[in-house]
Amino acid sequence: MSPLRRIVVVGASLAGLRAAEALRRSGYAGELVLVGDEPHLPYDRPPLTKQFLNDGWRPEQTALPVAPGLDATWRLGVPVTRLDVSAHAVHLADGARLHYDGAVLATGARARPWPGPTTPTGVHTIRGLDDAIQVAKALPHAGRLLIVGAGFLGGEVAAAARALGVPATLVESQDWPLLAPAGPHVGRFVAALHRAHGVDLRLGVRVRDFTGNARGELTGAELTDGTNVEADLAVLALGAKPNIEWLAGSGLITDGGLVCDEYCRPLWDDGRPAPDVVAAGDLARWPHPLAGNELISLGHWSNAVEQATAAAQTLLQPDTTPGYRPVPSFWSDLYGVRMRSVGLPHLADVSAVIEHDDSKHRLVVTYHRNGQLIGALTANRTSRLAPFRAEFQRHLSGTHPSALPA
Amino acid sequence: MTMTVDLDLCQNHGQCVYAAPEVFAFDEDEILTYQPEPPESQHDKVRAAVAACPVRAIRLVGES
Repeated sequence: MSPLRRIVVVGASLAGLRAAEALRRSGYAGELVLVGDEPHLPYDRPPLTKQFLNDGWRPEQTALPVAPGLDATWRLGVPVTRLDVSAHAVHLADGARLHYDGAVLATGARARPWPGPTTPTGVHTIRGLDDAIQVAKALPHAGRLLIVGAGFLGGEVAAAARALGVPATLVESQDWPLLAPAGPHVGRFVAALHRAHGVDLRLGVRVRDFTGNARGELTGAELTDGTNVEADLAVLALGAKPNIEWLAGSGLITDGGLVCDEYCRPLWDDGRPAPDVVAAGDLARWPHPLAGNELISLGHWSNAVEQATAAAQTLLQPDTTPGYRPVPSFWSDLYGVRMRSVGLPHLADVSAVIEHDDSKHRLVVTYHRNGQLIGALTANRTSRLAPFRAEFQRHLSGTHPSALPA
Repeated sequence: MTMTVDLDLCQNHGQCVYAAPEVFAFDEDEILTYQPEPPESQHDKVRAAVAACPVRAIRLVGES
């Protein structure tokens, strides 16, 4: 049914795997190659800051199930170095050159590193499995954990430390945790949760630098307010950077992510879609109607899954693909409080509290932009999200994508 | 189609409710409720819900 004989999926995490599975489900019977820079088969990242730190999960418990019949060739532990769109080839760090008839670009994002020149031993990021193995090993024995950045990831690591009884200091440069992604109401709610669980929460300050002993081991950090924090273990939770450097020179637009159209097709410098290439997951930026067709990127689990499916469809059935206009959703668990969101809260200019019950740790917040509902977030109130989600769905089904341009 | 949801695994991510709202819902106590034998018109949506569940709590009985 398809003239494609070899599809190369670049990126062997959630988006790459789900794209590969979608290709097979749609009847693609040709050769399928998955390339990944990590040595591991695809694994699931959300447990890395939860069960992996708290419940003694072994690395293999994070493995994502691979659909039977995937029949893929795996090229793991090999970074990709270059994409040549006109030659239909992907170049790998080991010198290999993989010709493709179709390619899925799903190289994701990596943890934003510490901006300073060096860090003492004991300072970690926690995006990959290898990072999480290090943190999980050290955390139960830590005298005090310092977490830099009180976003979703940093908050979950703080909660994991407290569940183990490890003292934790959480440093956040903004006035509230989660201020950029979820606004001040959620920020105050989450700050109260952290403090109720004994976290030393430092807001509106930054880490100026880490301090170490003569053996180069972490002893703490100096903050910009002049105070010092003692810590023998630190986790950087400074956000993520898209893995797009390897696309330099490809002619595709990389601007804070790989810029795509709404059919998951990366764009050339002149705005035309590149042939036989699609993108999915954390590296992609594309126009979303809920955002007034501004480019957005979503580093969320559900986006990796849904965009991978959409990208696979564009590759195999470009004439019938409906355009990728999902209702975004994400979640985070803190101290057993379930935070769930739909829409695009981070784009709101104003938010409103619909329900707030501290005794039950319940919260319902709506987000608005230019007077229009753009998102909703609940804590321990997932049941309240479905109507918001349905409203976004209605809004999106009323917006019709333009005809697929060649 | 018959399905089961492992409510010990379920963490209320809500993805199944989004994928198949006629089949899955949360009650007032935030417990997931669902139709174990959904009508045929819902089968595609239920399969989408299975794929969307981050903790793989939904099992289709007799399907692989």
